[in-house]
Amino acid sequence: MDGNMIDSKQYIVVKIGIEQYGIDIKYVDNIVRMQRITRVPKAQSYFKGVINLRGEIIPVMSMRLKFDLEEEEATGATRIIIIKLEPQSAVGIIVDEVKEVVTLDDTMVEKVSNSAVEDKNGYISGIGKHKEGLISLLNIAGVIVEKETV
Amino acid sequence: MDVSQYLEIFIDETKEHLQSLNQQLLVLETEPENTETINEIFRAAHSLKGMAGTMGYKRMQRLTHDMENVFSEIRNGKMGVTADLVDVLFKGLDALEAYLSNIQESADEGTEDYEDIIKQLNTILNIGLGKETKEVPKAAVVSAEAVVESNSDTVLRYKNLVIADYEKKAINKADEIGMNAFGITVYIQESCILKAARAFLVFKALESLGDVIKSQPEVQDIEDEKFDFDFSVILLTKVSIEKIQSSVLNVSEVKDVVIEKIEADYSEAVEAIQDNHQVAAEVKEKSNTVAAKAPVQQAGTAAKQQPAKPVVNRSVRVDIEKLDVLMNLVSELIIAKNGLVSISSSDKNSSNGSGFNEQIEYLERVTTNLHESVMKVRMVPIESVVNRFPRMIRDLSKKLDKKMELYMTGEETELDRTVIDEIGDPLMHLLRNAADHGLESNEERMNQGKPAVGSIYLDAYQDGNNVVIEVRDDGAGINVEKVKKKAIDKGTITQEQAELMSDKEIIDLLFRPSFSTAEVISDVSGRGVGLDVVKTKIEALGGDIEARTKLGGGSNFIIRLPLTLAIIQALMVELGTEKYAIPLGSIQTIEDVQSSEIKYVHSKEVINLRGTVIPLIRLDKMLDVPETDKQQDNLTVVIVSKGDRLAGIIVDNLIGQQEIVIKSIGKYINNNKIIGGATILGDGEVALILDVNTLV
Repeated sequence: MDGNMIDSKQYIVVKIGIEQYGIDIKYVDNIVRMQRITRVPKAQSYFKGVINLRGEIIPVMSMRLKFDLEEEEATGATRIIIIKLEPQSAVGIIVDEVKEVVTLDDTMVEKVSNSAVEDKNGYISGIGKHKEGLISLLNIAGVIVEKETV
Repeated sequence: MDVSQYLEIFIDETKEHLQSLNQQLLVLETEPENTETINEIFRAAHSLKGMAGTMGYKRMQRLTHDMENVFSEIRNGKMGVTADLVDVLFKGLDALEAYLSNIQESADEGTEDYEDIIKQLNTILNIGLGKETKEVPKAAVVSAEAVVESNSDTVLRYKNLVIADYEKKAINKADEIGMNAFGITVYIQESCILKAARAFLVFKALESLGDVIKSQPEVQDIEDEKFDFDFSVILLTKVSIEKIQSSVLNVSEVKDVVIEKIEADYSEAVEAIQDNHQVAAEVKEKSNTVAAKAPVQQAGTAAKQQPAKPVVNRSVRVDIEKLDVLMNLVSELIIAKNGLVSISSSDKNSSNGSGFNEQIEYLERVTTNLHESVMKVRMVPIESVVNRFPRMIRDLSKKLDKKMELYMTGEETELDRTVIDEIGDPLMHLLRNAADHGLESNEERMNQGKPAVGSIYLDAYQDGNNVVIEVRDDGAGINVEKVKKKAIDKGTITQEQAELMSDKEIIDLLFRPSFSTAEVISDVSGRGVGLDVVKTKIEALGGDIEARTKLGGGSNFIIRLPLTLAIIQALMVELGTEKYAIPLGSIQTIEDVQSSEIKYVHSKEVINLRGTVIPLIRLDKMLDVPETDKQQDNLTVVIVSKGDRLAGIIVDNLIGQQEIVIKSIGKYINNNKIIGGATILGDGEVALILDVNTLV
């Protein structure tokens, strides 16, 4: 976003299950520890409920449930990442662990085009190569805004 | 000239003027001779023109100018008000509104000229005045030009100025302190359309150079365009003639300017110099009024001309964002208070408990007062929404060729600003419905022995914590059989279902999506936007809508809206381990019911409470609350109401009454609207707020 980093972006790398995912840092408002979550009846199954973040009510979703993974007990490493796509509406996503912040430029990002990594839900916008590992870059708007059809 | 800072004011005031014009024109239509109304219209049109001119909206100014011309002739008794004229004038108002909405969106008036309206206006004007009178203004223009031609080179018009004593003193005084008095005559090009605007700019330029102490004609007249193509002023200044000349010529469409120094040789003035203080004061005063007059003019020509002008709107305009901040602060304060309360209840045996309690009482009082005053700031009379409806009904009456009359009551009822902003469209839709589908045609009404003129009522009133708005008509009412048939045809319900449904349930079908009963899709309604949209909108505001109808006697749509959206009194209840808030406004009573008293109707649980059969709602089942294994014989039932419908909600435990701050749970999470929002309790826990309307 700064002038000298036109074609590179910073990502927060998180762990969900055994995979690493990257979230564009410009959408990240805050990272908080696990909180007491109030269940919201009749909500989408992957929404765990709402939390009180310093007087603001924020719905939180479980990335594990969203990605059809087994749900697990929260550990000390579990974090809620508060995402703000728009100024007025924040949403929290629960991840297993926050690992690091990396800077990837365009050359290190593989666009998802071949069917092997293409994901039908459009949650992934690309694959980032960082050191030895691969990071699935989340299309965060796609993850959050998606309307439940069932 | 940068006028953007006035844009907001301009928009607000233009709205008010247009509204007043609309209202007055409606009056004029029925009482064409009402001179007071005519004067009022003239003033409003005139102010509009002045404002548009100042802001540089030329098209708008031109249109208002032509409208004003017509009003001016009517006012002078030279022509009468005709139905045609009123129609054209209404069209003109619509055009002005279109300009205004353009301006609101882009600060630009757009490029539409509305030539047809201007032409129509002028045609009516010509016919009204008769052909020969039409020539008069032209002749006047010609003669004015002639005068300019002959005089401009030789005669300095400022010399015709009659200079009053105190002005002479002022000139002398100025001379003493090294200022020069200049007589200036400005000639404006004959082709100029907006003379007043040019003059305003010239005045502005001159005032930046010095003090204008005299003008010919008067500033007021110049702004009213009551001058030919020149005007003269006396300016006290320190700057040079050249400077003045260049800044005046800088204003576009100024043809020429003649400037000459006035010698301070007024003999009478000498004696007055002793009275320096007074003179200085007078100079100041005079120049101030001239300087102030021009900007003030934008806002209040009418007020100046006639002090008895009715006040359009007394309300203070407050930036809604600032209010929101204030509201948030208040909510935090209340949360803090709740925190204190919970500490105190858990810590009863602390030594200085009484002081602590006092503190809480004080805090409670402060928050309550603060809440109240902030709410009051946010409250706006519903008038601002409904006052455009008479005009709409008038247009509909013409369009549909049905005679109808709109009666409104309770316009002064106040609602939260956010609700006011949203409620206009649903109300408009209901009124259109009433006019189009509700009322029968003139003949039909006559045949049924009803008065030929249909009545539509819009009543607003406060009812407890709600504001109720009713839209009624005395038309045909909703034909339940027809709705039923349509619903079956559409597959919304089956034949069997239809037979079991009550009339009320059938009518409620109308609120289902894409269920329009309009047989013919007309221009007025039935464009696919139906009552369902109205219902959605009203529910989004936390309200609800209900329809009542009497075949042949008309229909009645009743809208209930919460007074405010942010802070409410609620009853906290427990379901299993979860806490929920039920708005107190919808609670009737709380009853202890033995499980043996539960009866079954249509295999649904009901209780008979003092003669009223009330359906029961197992809230824990409805909300999928994790089951607890307790079996209770004694049930706590919260009786809630929506309009006159009741339901009993079974809860596990009552916690108590609390003032809660409603917070949105965001748009990403769906919950079938059962949850209206969330609130934060004293210990930081989140409790969800039940929207009773969706349960009952």
